[in-house]
Amino acid sequence: MNGVVSIVDYGAGNLFNVQRALEHLGAKVERVTRPEQIPAADRIVLPGVGAFGKAMQQLRQRRMVPALREFAASGRPILGICLGMQLMLDESEEFGTTPGLGIVPGRVESIPSTDTEGKPLNVPHIGWAPIHPATKGNWNETPLEATPPGEAFYFVHSLVVRPQRPEDIVAECNYGGHSLTAAIANGNCFGCQFHPEKSATAGLKLIARFLQS
Amino acid sequence: MANIRLIPRLDIKGKYLIKSVQLEGVRKVGDPHEFARRYYLQGADELLYMDAVASLYDRNNLTEIVRETVQDVFIPITVGGGIRSLDDVRKILLSGADKVAVNTAAIRDPSLIDQIARQFGSQCMVLSIEAKRVTGNRWEAYTDNGREKSGRDVISWAREAADRGAGEILLTSVDREGTRRGFDLELVASVTQAVRIPVVASGGMGQMEHLAAVVQGAGASAIAMADILHYGRASLPEIRDAASRIGIPTRKVAA
Repeated sequence: MNGVVSIVDYGAGNLFNVQRALEHLGAKVERVTRPEQIPAADRIVLPGVGAFGKAMQQLRQRRMVPALREFAASGRPILGICLGMQLMLDESEEFGTTPGLGIVPGRVESIPSTDTEGKPLNVPHIGWAPIHPATKGNWNETPLEATPPGEAFYFVHSLVVRPQRPEDIVAECNYGGHSLTAAIANGNCFGCQFHPEKSATAGLKLIARFLQS
Repeated sequence: MANIRLIPRLDIKGKYLIKSVQLEGVRKVGDPHEFARRYYLQGADELLYMDAVASLYDRNNLTEIVRETVQDVFIPITVGGGIRSLDDVRKILLSGADKVAVNTAAIRDPSLIDQIARQFGSQCMVLSIEAKRVTGNRWEAYTDNGREKSGRDVISWAREAADRGAGEILLTSVDREGTRRGFDLELVASVTQAVRIPVVASGGMGQMEHLAAVVQGAGASAIAMADILHYGRASLPEIRDAASRIGIPTRKVAA
């Protein structure tokens, strides 16, 4: 595996699990704790679980927001996982409206509380859901390239991203009859709502593709 | 219908995987990591580690086992047993677990649920309820691995925990645990109707009919299984095949 993968460490949970999956695949991992490390990175992983507002606050406190935006604009690969993907959008409605990194135009919204027949839906959405190509996005030019449509990944989330441009939505999953965004891509920026580091071989395959991008 | 999660439950005592009946009468089964790895390769959707004696002796043995497991098992791992504080949660998460299952300490201080949810997110706060049927359709929550009464009604406790920010409920029927007689369906149905978070049914899985009843009849989102897997009475691929024959979707796993 070429180069180093930089994981943004802003005090969020699952960083170690992402790191272990990367190392299992032979990657050399560097943890980014200071904004000065970001411009030199080859590729960046933005992990995250927990609350949007708190995560943005941590990124701001560490003065990482401008550096991450510049990195995204540089064209080098960036992978956002779960909350890490949500942070790429303009804003989230979790606990009031909070601005995000604004790398991908759009919003983060709550999962509907009822299914399409009006019956109550369990939230968070937890479990393995198959993902399918979205109408406009280009699955084959993302780390999903080697993933067969219909492959299941592990999700755990209460919010869902709604990118402004339909072509930024690469994959969707179905929950209670609703189409939820499962993966987004915008040039070099790729994000997935599911946890590839917890999605067995399907997830490892996706991460391996990202490492080759 | 969403995929139903199949979750091997590994009860741990010291260094060993054990199996009990009604949470008592413990027998050694083997090396936890070996079983964890086997279930991962067979397509388990998650793993659940429960320290059977932690709350009894006020200690926790699981950190090492979890640390070893996450080296080559890439699915979500929940750890329960003896978790009493935010600091305990942090240690378990740092060892590689994704969620914690809390029972005794949450009953003693329900605000622990709010604290864990706020600090680490609801997705990692699983409320573990050990339920014993009292009379008719009433169940009491027990603590300390089914040994002590708490005086709390299971249904109202489940509701309170969900309001406080629990992301899931692991619901173990102490009456059925290890008996292979099937899940306590009234219990599971009462809890799934009371809350809007996923309920993992545990205790009593003996045959495929039990799976159909607890999912289709009682609304469980996931099944925790021990005995049926540990003693090789059925494998995960066999259970998935049987589930799909009766119309219960599970994750498709490449052979």
